[in-house]
Amino acid sequence: MHITIKYFGQIAEVTNTEEESLEFSGSLISELLETLNTKYSALKNKDFQVAQNQELVSGKTELTGGDIALLPPFAGG
Amino acid sequence: MSRYNRHIILSEIGQVGQDKISNTKILVIGAGGLGCPVLQYLTAAGVGTIGIIDFDVVELSNLQRQVLFGKSSLGKNKAVAAKARLKDLNDDISIIAYPEQLNYRNAIELFLQYDIIVDGSDNFETRYLVNDACIITNKPLVFGAIYKFEGQVSVFNYKNGPSYRCLFPNPPQKDAVPNCSEIGVLGVLPGIIGSIQANEVLKIILGIGNVLSGKLLCYNALTSQISTLKIKRNETVIQLVLDKEHSFEKKQINIGCEIEVIEVSISEIVSEKNIQFIDIRESHEQPKVDNLNVTYIPLSELETSLHKIDLSKKKALFCKSGMRSKHAVKVLQGLNINNCFSIPQGASEIKNYIKTHNKTVSNAK
Repeated sequence: MHITIKYFGQIAEVTNTEEESLEFSGSLISELLETLNTKYSALKNKDFQVAQNQELVSGKTELTGGDIALLPPFAGG
Repeated sequence: MSRYNRHIILSEIGQVGQDKISNTKILVIGAGGLGCPVLQYLTAAGVGTIGIIDFDVVELSNLQRQVLFGKSSLGKNKAVAAKARLKDLNDDISIIAYPEQLNYRNAIELFLQYDIIVDGSDNFETRYLVNDACIITNKPLVFGAIYKFEGQVSVFNYKNGPSYRCLFPNPPQKDAVPNCSEIGVLGVLPGIIGSIQANEVLKIILGIGNVLSGKLLCYNALTSQISTLKIKRNETVIQLVLDKEHSFEKKQINIGCEIEVIEVSISEIVSEKNIQFIDIRESHEQPKVDNLNVTYIPLSELETSLHKIDLSKKKALFCKSGMRSKHAVKVLQGLNINNCFSIPQGASEIKNYIKTHNKTVSNAK
């Protein structure tokens, strides 16, 4: 299926892009994260949440395609 | 003509709305990049009582974005300096400065005196403290946070809405997320994010529009993109906070880092026995501290060079300015390598110190 992934803050620094589109055949969010961890090894050391079509999801959530976002917490003020 | 005329002539606000603003008490945590615009607009809007808590002092590098301060504020406490500026902006309201650190002991009592809490702090420890204290005291929390060119805004704990922990249940455990003092921030960014926070405060007071509850607004200053994500209330994490209410005031705060890094100056540590000095700068960086027994482990190779670390000794790490060495200590502590310290002085200062004190320094070459 076709998905677009948006990266925020420190995550975008790890991936070196703020957005990418890819074809993915897995069925769970966790499988997508595994693929991304392989592609971007430093991702393992980051804290972030995942959203699918603007809703927070867990690794066990089924991939439905569409927009994925990897969102880290920000501390600055 | 009334000071608040431009509010009052809006049918959505009117005198009734302006009176609501005058009768509201707001507490702003931190008078920094976010706190300054929040305070400025809420003071101008005539919020009846404004509390400002900040233990920090104004530094020259703050003036690039902390717009309430000028040269005359340098060295002064931020809460006190902000109050002085805001009094000139609007003397009809009550402004209370708390030149102290927000901690687990004072948070609950302080929050109970206010209607809405605004978070403009700059570290996770305080952010989770503020969030939990808002859950316990049942106060709405207008949250804002920034990173380089990006910002996040939300309203938490509003009318049974989600809290910050429903988004990020626990403070980051992995790579420390640096703050503005360590990594830099576009000066205008906190102005934008803080202004959105001030707007949310006014909407809550006035009961108009849609409050940013259950949503996280993400703003990117470089692309001008705004994304909004939905956040659901997680009863389990909120109940966990409420369950610990009785022990809340006994918790200790450890601002700035999730793992405490002990700093020791070169003069304190240089003659200690059983110590390994580690230069964590990259190999091209000068000057080398060649008058001291030093192990060279560039930060970029730290995790693959653990064999060079002598576990039987205390480890004193240094770099150019004491920032990377602090980070490296955190990394090592995260790997359960204990007895690591950061030397706040830079390599050239260390080298000079040893040159000057050569005869009295036992670790000198």
